[in-house]
Amino acid sequence: MNDEPGNRGSGMGVPILKQGNYLIASIQSALSDADLLELRDALVERVGRYRARGVIIDVTALDVLDSFATRILSDSAHMIRLRGARTVIVGIQPEVASSMAYMGLTLPGIWTALDLEEGVAHLDAHAHTTRNV
Amino acid sequence: MDKVRAENDLKPASEPSAVLLRELVAHLRQNREQLREEWVYRINETELLQAMTREEIFAEATSVYDSYVEALETRTLETLQAYAQNLSERIIPRGVETHEVVGIVLLLRDVLARSLFAKYQTNPKLLNDVLDAYEPAANSIAITVAVGFVRERERVIREQQEAIRELSTPVLPVRERLLILPIIGLIDPLRARQVTEQLLRGVRAHRAKVVVIDITGVGSLDVKVANHLVLTVEAARLLGARVIVTGLSPEIANTLVNIGVDLGKMSTVGDLQGGIEEAERLLGYKVIPATPGPA
Repeated sequence: MNDEPGNRGSGMGVPILKQGNYLIASIQSALSDADLLELRDALVERVGRYRARGVIIDVTALDVLDSFATRILSDSAHMIRLRGARTVIVGIQPEVASSMAYMGLTLPGIWTALDLEEGVAHLDAHAHTTRNV
Repeated sequence: MDKVRAENDLKPASEPSAVLLRELVAHLRQNREQLREEWVYRINETELLQAMTREEIFAEATSVYDSYVEALETRTLETLQAYAQNLSERIIPRGVETHEVVGIVLLLRDVLARSLFAKYQTNPKLLNDVLDAYEPAANSIAITVAVGFVRERERVIREQQEAIRELSTPVLPVRERLLILPIIGLIDPLRARQVTEQLLRGVRAHRAKVVVIDITGVGSLDVKVANHLVLTVEAARLLGARVIVTGLSPEIANTLVNIGVDLGKMSTVGDLQGGIEEAERLLGYKVIPATPGPA
């Protein structure tokens, strides 16, 4: 993996790493609404710049995913898809998952996987199908 | 407990009524044989305590009768309360119902009241005074026994609920990445939460991609629990696992349709076997017989 200095947005806490054809955004700590929007914009922009075929957003470190965060993640995934890549959200904690389900924040139409490894395996298996040939 | 007991104790009688009660107790002692016979006869006649043999009924009736008279005499309900609890402990496992216990105590009250009528019928004024002394005491006794029984029953129920809760909901790995969660019996909201928790933990611990929840052993679901099941399926999906629900009874299917479950979100297969086959297909397993089958 390579964490180029330019991969850190100004003031944003989320490094976006490029790994082969995939981009990996690993959220390290709770994000403000502005951070989330910045992450979304950075991902959507970089998918084009690096011609990435898959994006993994790792939320392992998050203890809570509220409705705003869920919506931005969902929007990001759809925007990324329109730019030709598939998004997988990985690392949702069991407690977070059950409270999200309770609040009806179920990320419809978004791929999810257990952790980074599973996410990569998912992309390896499916990412090519997203691309229109 | 002591406070409750104190409140339950019979009120100290005014002097004339205390005299009457003493007379009453003497009367009940004197006619013990006959009144007890009469009571047992009435119990059998009204077909109460069918779970017990006649000998048992007679033995219990004797004890209850004596405790009853003692409670009237000493004006404390402590002994009776202890006896009622002890009795309840013995008869609840045999399936004796609340109405039977309340019924026999009321029968005894009536039998004794009748005997008082018979004894004092020539003196309406005295009869009235005797009944004034007798009735409140008899009613408190009836309430004590009934409450004791109900309390014991509730204790038994609480214990059983605890036991059911402790029966773990097993999460069984059948193949790599495939878990089975058989659910048997009644699911209340508490148990439903437990199932969700176990399932999500199991998914993470076993890195499962497919979970088969088998509810063949569940007769029916109320709306709340059915909704919870749907939430569990969605929560599992957020962890990257697919849930297949198998063995839905017609009643449960009806409930799920009534709450308008989105069938796109929840895969269901008729039985556990079908569910495992579907899960194997999703995981890319193919099961083939080692030798050509009989067919």
